[in-house]
Amino acid sequence: MSITTTDYKHCSLIKMDGRIDSNTGDSLLKAFQEVQERGTYKIVFDMADVDFMSSKGWWVLIQTQKASKRYNRGEVVLANVPQKILESLDMAGMSHYFQVFDDIVSAVGSF
Amino acid sequence: MPTKVFPGKYSSLAEISDFIAENTKLAGFDEKETYAVQLAVDEACSNIIEHSYGEELAGEIECDCQSSETGITIVLKDSGKPFSPEDVPELEVGIPLFEVRERGAGLFLMKKLMDEVQFDFPETGGTTLTMIKNKKR
Repeated sequence: MSITTTDYKHCSLIKMDGRIDSNTGDSLLKAFQEVQERGTYKIVFDMADVDFMSSKGWWVLIQTQKASKRYNRGEVVLANVPQKILESLDMAGMSHYFQVFDDIVSAVGSF
Repeated sequence: MPTKVFPGKYSSLAEISDFIAENTKLAGFDEKETYAVQLAVDEACSNIIEHSYGEELAGEIECDCQSSETGITIVLKDSGKPFSPEDVPELEVGIPLFEVRERGAGLFLMKKLMDEVQFDFPETGGTTLTMIKNKKR
Protein backbone atom coordinates (compact mmCIF):
# COMPACT_ATOMS: atom_id res chain seq x y z
CA MET A 1 0.00 0.00 0.00
CA SER A 2 1.27 3.47 -0.82
CA ILE A 3 -0.32 6.88 -0.56
CA THR A 4 1.14 9.91 -2.32
CA THR A 5 0.11 13.55 -2.20
CA THR A 6 0.83 16.09 -4.94
CA ASP A 7 -0.07 19.74 -4.48
CA TYR A 8 -1.27 21.78 -7.45
CA LYS A 9 -2.17 25.44 -7.65
CA HIS A 10 -5.87 24.94 -6.96
CA CYS A 11 -6.10 21.50 -5.39
CA SER A 12 -4.22 18.54 -4.01
CA LEU A 13 -4.07 15.12 -5.62
CA ILE A 14 -3.99 12.04 -3.42
CA LYS A 15 -3.26 8.69 -4.97
CA MET A 16 -3.48 5.37 -3.22
CA ASP A 17 -2.78 1.91 -4.50
CA GLY A 18 -3.81 -1.51 -3.25
CA ARG A 19 -6.62 -2.21 -0.83
CA ILE A 20 -8.77 0.26 1.08
CA ASP A 21 -10.22 -1.75 3.94
CA SER A 22 -10.47 -1.72 7.73
CA ASN A 23 -6.70 -2.27 7.89
CA THR A 24 -5.61 0.54 5.57
CA GLY A 25 -8.53 2.99 5.69
CA ASP A 26 -7.22 4.99 8.64
CA SER A 27 -3.95 5.69 6.80
CA LEU A 28 -5.93 7.13 3.89
CA LEU A 29 -8.05 9.21 6.25
CA LYS A 30 -4.89 10.59 7.82
CA ALA A 31 -3.56 11.59 4.39
CA PHE A 32 -6.78 13.47 3.60
CA GLN A 33 -6.78 15.15 7.00
CA GLU A 34 -3.17 16.32 6.62
CA VAL A 35 -4.10 18.07 3.36
CA GLN A 36 -7.15 19.67 4.93
CA GLU A 37 -5.19 20.79 7.98
CA ARG A 38 -2.93 22.72 5.60
CA GLY A 39 -6.02 24.58 4.42
CA THR A 40 -6.61 22.66 1.17
CA TYR A 41 -10.16 21.39 0.81
CA LYS A 42 -10.22 20.85 -2.96
CA ILE A 43 -8.97 17.30 -3.35
CA VAL A 44 -8.72 14.84 -6.22
CA PHE A 45 -8.56 11.21 -5.17
CA ASP A 46 -6.94 9.09 -7.89
CA MET A 47 -8.21 5.51 -7.60
CA ALA A 48 -6.54 4.08 -10.72
CA ASP A 49 -4.51 1.56 -8.73
CA VAL A 50 -7.01 0.77 -6.00
CA ASP A 51 -7.89 -2.89 -6.47
CA PHE A 52 -10.33 -3.31 -3.58
CA MET A 53 -12.48 -1.01 -1.47
CA SER A 54 -14.77 -2.01 1.37
CA SER A 55 -17.30 0.18 3.15
CA LYS A 56 -14.45 1.47 5.33
CA GLY A 57 -13.28 3.29 2.22
CA TRP A 58 -16.77 4.73 1.71
CA TRP A 59 -16.77 6.19 5.19
CA VAL A 60 -13.30 7.68 4.82
CA LEU A 61 -14.42 9.41 1.62
CA ILE A 62 -17.72 10.55 3.14
CA GLN A 63 -16.02 11.92 6.26
CA THR A 64 -13.49 13.77 4.11
CA GLN A 65 -16.20 15.10 1.80
CA LYS A 66 -18.15 16.46 4.77
CA ALA A 67 -15.05 18.29 6.01
CA SER A 68 -14.33 19.71 2.55
CA LYS A 69 -17.88 20.81 1.80
CA ARG A 70 -18.49 22.36 5.19
CA TYR A 71 -18.59 26.17 4.81
CA ASN A 72 -18.27 25.60 1.03
CA ARG A 73 -14.51 25.37 1.32
CA GLY A 74 -14.14 22.81 -1.44
CA GLU A 75 -14.91 19.20 -2.28
CA VAL A 76 -13.43 15.78 -2.91
CA VAL A 77 -13.72 14.44 -6.46
CA LEU A 78 -12.86 10.94 -7.62
CA ALA A 79 -10.80 10.01 -10.66
CA ASN A 80 -10.13 6.72 -12.45
CA VAL A 81 -12.55 4.76 -10.32
CA PRO A 82 -12.36 1.05 -11.25
CA GLN A 83 -15.69 -0.20 -12.57
CA LYS A 84 -16.15 -2.85 -9.87
CA ILE A 85 -15.65 -0.23 -7.14
CA LEU A 86 -17.96 2.25 -8.86
CA GLU A 87 -20.65 -0.41 -9.00
CA SER A 88 -20.42 -1.05 -5.25
CA LEU A 89 -20.53 2.72 -4.60
CA ASP A 90 -23.59 3.00 -6.86
CA MET A 91 -25.25 0.07 -5.09
CA ALA A 92 -25.43 2.05 -1.86
CA GLY A 93 -25.97 5.42 -3.45
CA MET A 94 -22.54 6.56 -2.27
CA SER A 95 -21.36 7.76 -5.69
CA HIS A 96 -24.17 10.35 -5.48
CA TYR A 97 -21.97 12.35 -3.08
CA PHE A 98 -19.00 12.68 -5.43
CA GLN A 99 -18.19 13.96 -8.89
CA VAL A 100 -16.44 11.15 -10.76
CA PHE A 101 -13.94 11.86 -13.54
CA ASP A 102 -12.41 9.49 -16.08
CA ASP A 103 -8.94 10.99 -15.83
CA ILE A 104 -6.71 13.17 -13.66
CA VAL A 105 -6.53 16.08 -16.09
CA SER A 106 -10.31 16.53 -16.05
CA ALA A 107 -10.48 16.08 -12.31
CA VAL A 108 -7.74 18.60 -11.50
CA GLY A 109 -9.09 20.94 -14.16
CA SER A 110 -12.51 20.98 -12.53
CA PHE A 111 -11.19 23.21 -9.74
CA MET B 1 -12.88 -27.43 -0.51
CA PRO B 2 -10.66 -25.92 2.12
CA THR B 3 -11.11 -24.49 5.58
CA LYS B 4 -8.66 -21.96 6.91
CA VAL B 5 -8.38 -20.20 10.25
CA PHE B 6 -7.20 -16.61 10.43
CA PRO B 7 -6.21 -14.43 13.37
CA GLY B 8 -8.99 -11.95 14.15
CA LYS B 9 -7.08 -8.81 13.13
CA TYR B 10 -7.51 -6.33 10.32
CA SER B 11 -4.22 -7.26 8.69
CA SER B 12 -5.75 -10.72 8.05
CA LEU B 13 -8.31 -9.20 5.66
CA ALA B 14 -5.98 -9.21 2.64
CA GLU B 15 -5.08 -12.87 3.16
CA ILE B 16 -8.74 -13.79 3.68
CA SER B 17 -9.58 -11.94 0.47
CA ASP B 18 -6.94 -13.87 -1.48
CA PHE B 19 -8.22 -17.16 -0.04
CA ILE B 20 -11.77 -16.31 -1.03
CA ALA B 21 -10.75 -15.15 -4.52
CA GLU B 22 -8.80 -18.33 -5.18
CA ASN B 23 -11.67 -20.59 -4.19
CA THR B 24 -14.37 -18.53 -5.86
CA LYS B 25 -12.49 -18.61 -9.16
CA LEU B 26 -11.92 -22.35 -8.77
CA ALA B 27 -15.66 -22.72 -8.32
CA GLY B 28 -16.11 -21.18 -11.78
CA PHE B 29 -17.12 -17.58 -11.03
CA ASP B 30 -15.91 -14.68 -13.17
CA GLU B 31 -13.93 -11.62 -12.00
CA LYS B 32 -16.98 -9.50 -11.21
CA GLU B 33 -18.68 -12.24 -9.20
CA THR B 34 -15.43 -13.06 -7.41
CA TYR B 35 -15.07 -9.44 -6.35
CA ALA B 36 -18.63 -9.48 -5.03
CA VAL B 37 -17.88 -12.52 -2.85
CA GLN B 38 -14.57 -11.02 -1.67
CA LEU B 39 -16.34 -7.81 -0.69
CA ALA B 40 -19.16 -9.58 1.18
CA VAL B 41 -16.66 -11.70 3.11
CA ASP B 42 -14.46 -8.70 3.91
CA GLU B 43 -17.45 -6.84 5.31
CA ALA B 44 -18.42 -9.86 7.40
CA CYS B 45 -14.90 -10.37 8.76
CA SER B 46 -14.51 -6.67 9.59
CA ASN B 47 -17.78 -6.88 11.53
CA ILE B 48 -16.57 -9.97 13.39
CA ILE B 49 -13.41 -8.18 14.54
CA GLU B 50 -15.14 -4.90 15.38
CA HIS B 51 -18.41 -6.09 16.87
CA SER B 52 -18.22 -9.78 17.78
CA TYR B 53 -14.75 -9.60 19.27
CA GLY B 54 -14.77 -5.89 20.04
CA GLU B 55 -11.06 -5.59 19.30
CA GLU B 56 -8.23 -7.17 17.29
CA LEU B 57 -6.66 -10.48 18.31
CA ALA B 58 -9.50 -11.41 20.69
CA GLY B 59 -10.24 -14.54 18.68
CA GLU B 60 -10.00 -16.29 15.34
CA ILE B 61 -12.09 -16.41 12.20
CA GLU B 62 -12.67 -19.79 10.62
CA CYS B 63 -13.45 -19.61 6.93
CA ASP B 64 -14.81 -22.57 4.98
CA CYS B 65 -15.48 -22.57 1.22
CA GLN B 66 -17.63 -25.23 -0.38
CA SER B 67 -18.43 -25.23 -4.06
CA SER B 68 -21.12 -27.13 -5.88
CA GLU B 69 -22.58 -27.19 -9.36
CA THR B 70 -24.91 -24.37 -8.40
CA GLY B 71 -22.54 -22.02 -6.60
CA ILE B 72 -20.31 -21.44 -3.60
CA THR B 73 -21.09 -21.53 0.11
CA ILE B 74 -18.87 -19.54 2.47
CA VAL B 75 -19.15 -20.30 6.19
CA LEU B 76 -17.52 -17.96 8.69
CA LYS B 77 -17.30 -18.95 12.34
CA ASP B 78 -16.23 -16.88 15.30
CA SER B 79 -16.28 -17.31 19.07
CA GLY B 80 -17.17 -13.74 19.93
CA LYS B 81 -20.31 -12.02 21.14
CA PRO B 82 -23.32 -13.23 19.10
CA PHE B 83 -24.24 -10.76 16.41
CA SER B 84 -27.88 -9.90 15.98
CA PRO B 85 -28.62 -8.58 12.48
CA GLU B 86 -31.96 -7.18 13.70
CA ASP B 87 -30.08 -4.71 15.90
CA VAL B 88 -28.21 -3.21 12.94
CA PRO B 89 -29.83 -0.03 11.64
CA GLU B 90 -30.60 -0.08 7.94
CA LEU B 91 -28.29 1.84 5.68
CA GLU B 92 -30.06 4.99 4.54
CA VAL B 93 -29.65 5.63 0.85
CA GLY B 94 -30.09 8.90 -1.01
CA ILE B 95 -30.12 11.22 2.01
CA PRO B 96 -28.24 14.55 2.19
CA LEU B 97 -24.48 14.24 2.73
CA PHE B 98 -24.42 15.75 6.22
CA GLU B 99 -27.12 13.31 7.39
CA VAL B 100 -25.15 10.23 6.34
CA ARG B 101 -24.13 8.13 9.34
CA GLU B 102 -21.55 5.36 9.38
CA ARG B 103 -23.71 2.31 10.09
CA GLY B 104 -25.28 -0.68 8.45
CA ALA B 105 -23.13 -0.70 5.33
CA GLY B 106 -21.51 -4.08 5.92
CA LEU B 107 -24.74 -6.01 6.34
CA PHE B 108 -26.32 -4.06 3.47
CA LEU B 109 -23.52 -5.12 1.13
CA MET B 110 -23.55 -8.75 2.27
CA LYS B 111 -27.28 -9.01 1.50
CA LYS B 112 -26.94 -7.22 -1.84
CA LEU B 113 -23.92 -9.15 -3.08
CA MET B 114 -24.77 -12.66 -1.93
CA ASP B 115 -27.88 -14.66 -2.71
CA GLU B 116 -28.35 -15.98 0.82
CA VAL B 117 -27.10 -14.69 4.18
CA GLN B 118 -27.87 -16.74 7.29
CA PHE B 119 -26.76 -16.13 10.88
CA ASP B 120 -26.78 -19.03 13.37
CA PHE B 121 -25.83 -18.98 17.03
CA PRO B 122 -24.57 -22.37 18.26
CA GLU B 123 -25.07 -23.32 21.88
CA THR B 124 -21.30 -23.48 22.23
CA GLY B 125 -21.18 -19.74 21.64
CA GLY B 126 -20.15 -17.37 18.88
CA THR B 127 -21.75 -16.96 15.49
CA THR B 128 -21.85 -19.03 12.31
CA LEU B 129 -22.47 -16.95 9.20
CA THR B 130 -23.36 -18.80 6.00
CA MET B 131 -23.35 -16.90 2.71
CA ILE B 132 -24.24 -18.45 -0.64
CA LYS B 133 -23.58 -17.13 -4.12
CA ASN B 134 -25.33 -18.93 -6.96
CA LYS B 135 -23.91 -19.26 -10.43
CA LYS B 136 -25.82 -17.49 -13.17
CA ARG B 137 -27.68 -19.92 -15.39
